[in-house]
Amino acid sequence: MNGLVAILMRDLRLASRRPTEALMPVVFFVVAASLFPFGVGPEPAMLKQIAPGIVWVCALLSSMLSLGGMYAGDYSDGSLEQMLISGTSALEVAVAKCTAHWLMSGLPLLLVSPVLGLLFGMETDAIGVLMLGLLLGTPVLSLLGGVGSALTLGLRNTAILILLIVLPLCIPVLIFGAGAVSAYEVGLAPTGHFYLLGALLLLSALGAPLATASALRISV
Amino acid sequence: MNKLPRFYTFAAPSRFYRLAGWTVPWFYAVAVVFALAGLYMGFFVAPVDATQGNAYRIIFIHVPAAWMSMVLYMAMAGWAAVGWAFNARMASMLARALAPTGAAFTFLALWTGAFWGKPTWGAWWVWDARLTSELILLFLYLGFMALVEAIDDTRRADQAGALLAIVGAVNVPIIYFSVRWWNTLHQGASISMTAAPSMASTMLTSMLLMTVACWSYAFAVVFVRARAIVLERERTTEWVQTLLGSSLEGAS
Amino acid sequence: MNWNSAGEFFAMGGYGLYVWGSYGVMALWMVVEPLLAQRRFSAARLVALELETSGEWQ
Repeated sequence: MNGLVAILMRDLRLASRRPTEALMPVVFFVVAASLFPFGVGPEPAMLKQIAPGIVWVCALLSSMLSLGGMYAGDYSDGSLEQMLISGTSALEVAVAKCTAHWLMSGLPLLLVSPVLGLLFGMETDAIGVLMLGLLLGTPVLSLLGGVGSALTLGLRNTAILILLIVLPLCIPVLIFGAGAVSAYEVGLAPTGHFYLLGALLLLSALGAPLATASALRISV
Repeated sequence: MNKLPRFYTFAAPSRFYRLAGWTVPWFYAVAVVFALAGLYMGFFVAPVDATQGNAYRIIFIHVPAAWMSMVLYMAMAGWAAVGWAFNARMASMLARALAPTGAAFTFLALWTGAFWGKPTWGAWWVWDARLTSELILLFLYLGFMALVEAIDDTRRADQAGALLAIVGAVNVPIIYFSVRWWNTLHQGASISMTAAPSMASTMLTSMLLMTVACWSYAFAVVFVRARAIVLERERTTEWVQTLLGSSLEGAS
Repeated sequence: MNWNSAGEFFAMGGYGLYVWGSYGVMALWMVVEPLLAQRRFSAARLVALELETSGEWQ
């Protein structure tokens, strides 16, 4: 556990020294989502309808963008290798890194999402449903992203590779996250969606760190 | 105990190479025969469909292509897993040989699906459960192929590919069911193991004949590609050099 | 037999574009793919052969 906490605190500390870099996922999130009205038109009813989908897709993409840096920095200067041979298990490294990634990208996205919700004219309670979905879903993105990130260590074009590898796996999260809000807005209960998101979270929490640890052992 | 060594014998690239070499022509032959039979039945015996007219005949290649895309993905993931677990590089080579053919069948399933959808549903593409899942399956194939190509170290590439393929295989049912929940436009399953098929028996027979044809074709192409990969990777080994050396001297 | 003439066969009751568009691409691919695979095999064989004749591997 010590190793896990140490790596987590280290990553957070490093990120705090580069606040602009750390905030980039959030900035991308807002900018990308804001592009849509320019593309599809400013009509309020339509924007309100497509808002959950847009917020979720942009959350997905901005999470993916920051994945490249999860292990790359430590890999290139050799500290990842040191972590792995130091006695900290690859599993601990995987969990620490995924947690750090979520804290630095998923959580900020979650906190900024109400702003986007308002921009798109969503009702406050619908925004609540959106945020709960993001709370359950963004950790899954970080967990699955960890697998992709660990598999592509040290390769060229990692950003595109990670996107190609991880995005298909994240589609169920997208479906249920955005679906929850759409269902709520139509008058149906979103509980089913939340249960499914919860199930996906449990599954990935159990499986993804193991897969990431495996991938780290393969790649390093 | 005597049976066990015989099962693992084709884990040796040299023995697989020879086995594949003589079986390939037979696989092609079987594919052609079954395709001719299936096409004959499909076009000249099976009747016109009441609702879809002659457009439904696309089913005789669409369904086999879709089935092959899924079977080949499972085979690819399976062999990649075997290669990783048992450190058997022939299994990993076979997984790499399966990928392009699987991806191609997925694309063909999508293409024929679109051409079938246009006259029947009115649009070239509809986001129905099965087509959408096929699209995601194509992305999974492309991801696998991109990853193994991007890694230069063959052992690392094989293992990384295996991990990705396994993660993908685990996700396929999840993706399928979530997409199916998300939208259901496609006709319900026409063929199931227990229930009687809801299509005329001639249509069913044609479809099954075409499936066998596609399967045999896939074996043939995958084996040719696997042989190529064996030569690419094992060219410095003695058996390859001897084999090629003797082919230089002999009539080959 | 379903078809009274070759013309009828190719028209497919008006759905000719879709049926032949599908079968055509499938048939085309099933000619191209084996050729590509065979080409990869021949190329691999050539490289291995060159290695053999040059005697480098020894």
